[in-house]
Amino acid sequence: MNSAAVTVTLRGCARHFHHHQALQPLDLTVYPGETLVLLGPSGCGKTTTLRIISGLESCDVGGEVWFDDRNVTALPIEKRNVGMVFQNYALFPNLNVAENVAYGLKVQGVARAEREARVQEMLALVDLTALAQRSIDKLSGGQKQRVALARALAARPKVLLFDEPLAALDARLRDRLRLEIGTLLKKLAITAVYVTHDQQEAMALGDRIAVMEQGRLVQIDTPQNIYQYPASKFVADFVGAINCVDVDVHGNPQRFCRPEDVLLASDDRYTRRGFIVASTFLGASQRLMIDIGLAMPIQVDRHARETWHAGQAVSWTLAQDAALQFSA
Amino acid sequence: MNRRGLFSLQLLITTITALFMIVPVVLSMLAGVTNNYFIGLRSGFTLKWVAQVWQMYADTFWLSLVIALYCLLITLIIGVPAAWGLLKAPGRWAARIEECLMLPVALPGLATALGIILLYGQFSGLRDSWVFILIGHVLFTLPFMMRPVLAVMQAVDMPRLEEASASLGASQWQRFFTVVVPNCRNGILAGAFMVITLSVGEFNITWMLHTPLTKTLPVGLADSYASMRLEVGSAYTLIFILMILPLLLMLNAVNHWLNRAVSRQHKEAA
Repeated sequence: MNSAAVTVTLRGCARHFHHHQALQPLDLTVYPGETLVLLGPSGCGKTTTLRIISGLESCDVGGEVWFDDRNVTALPIEKRNVGMVFQNYALFPNLNVAENVAYGLKVQGVARAEREARVQEMLALVDLTALAQRSIDKLSGGQKQRVALARALAARPKVLLFDEPLAALDARLRDRLRLEIGTLLKKLAITAVYVTHDQQEAMALGDRIAVMEQGRLVQIDTPQNIYQYPASKFVADFVGAINCVDVDVHGNPQRFCRPEDVLLASDDRYTRRGFIVASTFLGASQRLMIDIGLAMPIQVDRHARETWHAGQAVSWTLAQDAALQFSA
Repeated sequence: MNRRGLFSLQLLITTITALFMIVPVVLSMLAGVTNNYFIGLRSGFTLKWVAQVWQMYADTFWLSLVIALYCLLITLIIGVPAAWGLLKAPGRWAARIEECLMLPVALPGLATALGIILLYGQFSGLRDSWVFILIGHVLFTLPFMMRPVLAVMQAVDMPRLEEASASLGASQWQRFFTVVVPNCRNGILAGAFMVITLSVGEFNITWMLHTPLTKTLPVGLADSYASMRLEVGSAYTLIFILMILPLLLMLNAVNHWLNRAVSRQHKEAA
């Protein structure tokens, strides 16, 4: 749909603050029209990476940022034509909803008639037409973030950048807005980079996910592959729950699996034995903690309607190909 | 204590506090229009003292006004961008600079004035002009402009607003005038109140810096208290209050007008 979508390329982008290396030299390509999610714990360098792409932060000498075949490394943010959505909305309190959306067009000198048409279009896109003249402090958090999204999109940015946009919202609102953002990104087919520490958000929104740890990119792949074939225990642990099911003779963890990949039976049809130490009801499912004789009990997810109880003896085994293989 | 008793107590305390603050001023103003203060109001009401003060000291009235307005202008031009710079400065430096800014306030005015005389006193053209006093006033009032502005900037998370503005293509100048200034308006107005009142009432620094030809109102006031009848000094106080009140009312009106303009804008749009 959007043939003008831009490729974003980082070449050897590093960043240090004083003596702290916030970002190791990073090579990264964001394909035209895709949504790349930067995922990791706080301090992993994901926000620094986003700020380098935006131009709010410059990378250390030697690093380069390219939008298509244009080197934008030396350009400040106002010359890069990016749209940004921030965690705390960063809407201008002195302007109302429509004026906020119009701001970028105004400072860029777009004529009034075109500006107003574009604002209407953007407000319709995020379903806020009725609130056009509302002042910012009379909006809910979800509405604020939709205004911020409309504002970022109004000036037709080359790249859309999200800095934990849902982190300040409560759980229900977060889920709804996540869906809306996802739909919008698909529809617009704009190149987008999305920073989050929430793995569910990353899975739902990312065409690809780049997992970062301590200033390094540790794996970049589709959400399915990240989940099913994590490159390291860190990645496996960060994007979901994992169990250690085998140890070597020294007690070091050897084999891991996901909680949904354990086959469980109340009789002894499977080879391995254990007993349930606790069960947690989660609504649609229940999570059982099963002592299998290792240091940590394993977690097993089962349908909520099945009846399991603490103290019950069980037999279990791994589903086929369920053991996680770490390449790193 | 029951509610009624508590209310009475609060009313009493408030009244006493208000009287404590107002009575000396009212007494002084009354003395300024009394024929003979030692006899009291019985001696009759007169404007002759006011007229006498105006005849002798009208120039101090105008000079104080001019200095206060220039002082406001300069603290606005320096203070707002300075607060902005301070906001963006790295943490530990900003804290140091903020401390240094409060120095002229903590230091006795006389010491500040002495420093100004040592530094600039050798330039006789400057030493003889009222600009010399203006320097002292700017030095003294600048922190009072910067602090409220800085506080408001921190409260609205100005760095983030600016980043948003920049991402939308606004240049440094555009950001300053379309985002920074409009969003710290309340801080600027609060600062303006402080600067005007402090400049008009400033005595310590001014007393050191003035010449017989560059007296401000408070210096003239001290002069008249020291050398003339009590009634004359009191009439002077009256004039002082007549000067500062319209200034403050004007600033207040500006504030209301701006608030109304904003809400009207929102209503019209809706």
